[in-house]
Amino acid sequence: MNENLTLLAIILGILHSGIRLATPYLYAALGETFSQKSGVLNLGVEGMMLMGAFTGFYTVFVTHNLWLGLLAAGLIGAVFGLIMSLVSVTFQAEQGISGIGLYMFGLGLSSLLFKTTLGTVEGVDGFSEIQFCLSSLGIHSDFCLAEVPVLGEIFFSHSILTYGAFALVPISAWVFNKTNWGLKVRSVGQNPEAADTLGVSVNRTRYEAVILGGILAGIAGASLSISLLNIFQENMTNGMGFIAVALVYFGSWTPVGVLVGALLFSTVNALQLWVQVLDLNLPSDVAVMLPYLLTIVALALPFKRAEQPAALTKPYERGEN
Amino acid sequence: MDNNKGRSERIDKIVILLMPLVAVLLAFIVGGVILWFQGVNPFVAYKEMIVGAFGSKNGLADTLVKATPLLLVGLGIAIAFRGGMINIGAEGQIVVGALLTTFVGLQLGEQLPGWLVVIIGLLTGALMGGLWAAIAGVLKAYLNVNEILSTIMLNAIAVQIAYFLLRGPMIDPAELEAGTNIPHSARLVRALDMPRFTDIAQQLGLTGSAADLGIKGFLGELYGVLVEPTRLHTGFIFAIVMAILVYIFLWRTTIGYRIRAVGLNPHASRYAGINVRRNLILSITLSGMLAGMAGAVEILGLHHRMFEPAAVSAGYGFTGIVAALLGRLHPLGIIPSSILFGGMLVGGDKMQRAMQVPQVLIQAILGLVVLFVVSTDYFARKYEKRRATAEVDLDDGGGGTPNDIVPGVPGQEAVS
Repeated sequence: MNENLTLLAIILGILHSGIRLATPYLYAALGETFSQKSGVLNLGVEGMMLMGAFTGFYTVFVTHNLWLGLLAAGLIGAVFGLIMSLVSVTFQAEQGISGIGLYMFGLGLSSLLFKTTLGTVEGVDGFSEIQFCLSSLGIHSDFCLAEVPVLGEIFFSHSILTYGAFALVPISAWVFNKTNWGLKVRSVGQNPEAADTLGVSVNRTRYEAVILGGILAGIAGASLSISLLNIFQENMTNGMGFIAVALVYFGSWTPVGVLVGALLFSTVNALQLWVQVLDLNLPSDVAVMLPYLLTIVALALPFKRAEQPAALTKPYERGEN
Repeated sequence: MDNNKGRSERIDKIVILLMPLVAVLLAFIVGGVILWFQGVNPFVAYKEMIVGAFGSKNGLADTLVKATPLLLVGLGIAIAFRGGMINIGAEGQIVVGALLTTFVGLQLGEQLPGWLVVIIGLLTGALMGGLWAAIAGVLKAYLNVNEILSTIMLNAIAVQIAYFLLRGPMIDPAELEAGTNIPHSARLVRALDMPRFTDIAQQLGLTGSAADLGIKGFLGELYGVLVEPTRLHTGFIFAIVMAILVYIFLWRTTIGYRIRAVGLNPHASRYAGINVRRNLILSITLSGMLAGMAGAVEILGLHHRMFEPAAVSAGYGFTGIVAALLGRLHPLGIIPSSILFGGMLVGGDKMQRAMQVPQVLIQAILGLVVLFVVSTDYFARKYEKRRATAEVDLDDGGGGTPNDIVPGVPGQEAVS
């Protein structure tokens, strides 16, 4: 009986951390979906996340204003998105290389700024977990949704950034499928010549999509540094940005597919952390490998490859293609 | 009139050749602005860096020591790029190569003559790096898995394998005894140390130092690099020889020609009867072999034991990409560019000590170099277009037409 209880607690713990850890993956991968749908493979997400993580953290560290920190992270993400668009859209650079350049720049600059401003690992009070208590609605009761057994423990008591990440899934789907701009993004990624003929500015739309992707990547970084972990460390994303790019492939370029992938990865990540905590008979070095191995396996799965935007990685120049 | 055209073509060529240098200059200017914002005089900092890298025999020697893996990795990156594969996995390939070389050295070091084990170590290191890269090649060729992402993931996996082995089966027995359990292997026997320049000079009977011989200034430092005790080892010569071999391979052999043909136009190559899949796998495997070789050289020439994987690969996998790009993906062009970036790494270290500017600034500047190189490439292409749109000549002796600085990578297209 007692053993069953611990097992339940562990499963609940894994599911809870799975949802929590999905946050940065969701922001980054949904942002990357916009970028890739428009035809730009942005491999610099990792660098953008690091810049967002640092900028967000430092702003909160100085001003103690969480929303200002989030804004700053989004802004720096937008600036990096602008750089990426300039290089990849206007200067038509090979996107596999330009993204790696942006990653190296973001990694170097965030580490440099960290060393010259903070110097050591500091902590901040990040976004707190929402307990959904009735008392906050003015009702005289001690009851909180987070106390509901099982469901409450898994789904409630997350921070607002986590709920925001999940809310972004239907919002992104709506933008792609129901808005004029979403249609433009899809058309410049699928058939830029046709879009151009119909009067859609291909490059402008790609700029907008890549910059939106940058903003979301910046927020993804901030979700680590001012919500999940509440610290900043050099290279703290540790490959998450690249996994986010892979998630877009895995999710067949749809927000819902990205959601499934993000949850799968974050759960494996959570599992991996618990393997270490529980001292299971699996070396921690092997456990740490799991998400990366899973990424390769996920990329090798052949389903829905046809959904790939036809003009992905192809710069557009009028009258040439 | 013809004369005019010839002159403008020459000017175009000069402009195109100068582009990479402009890119580096721009990157340093932006780096300087960042320094200035940090309250550091960029001119003083850069001077410190240049003097640190090239101003003394020890600086010069360290620059060449760091240029060695950069050159090997850069050569590999160039083969892969020319073959239409983007290999971001050199970091992991260095690590697995270094691991196997260390293992071989530990097993055979006492039993066989040193020089033989060094050769076996270099070969097995290369083989291991090649196998590791081949995983990404096969996944790309048969399952159309983006090789950029798979090689990045393989990097992370290689690091974990290294930790697993260095904490377990390969750990230095002395660490176990002392109970400190620092993850590194035992030191290889000294017979396996690749000879240093100073060792060779002594064999040749050159024992006098620059001061003894009265050679002063920069010449004295140069003499010191070759003769006096520094860390410079024969791995550097080995890397230069590899550069020449890779040049011959790419431009003077049929296999090299096929690899480049697939990189330039996979569809046309297929019609020409070239097996595209096999050549994609081959190019990234050769690329991984050179990176694995870099790992082997680092172990045999410099570290003499395997330790922290991230400290052994030391970012060479990424810096090597920058060196390859700046060397215009030409094996001989990568020689000077890897020395330049080796110097930047050494100089950055000196700058950190002298001016308290964190060395990670170099990382940021390297990223900027990449961004500027691929951007200025656009202007080179425009220049090219203004000239007659001649057929791309595969046999250009490797001068590199501007639009094959980064050849059209088959990328997302199905390769079957």
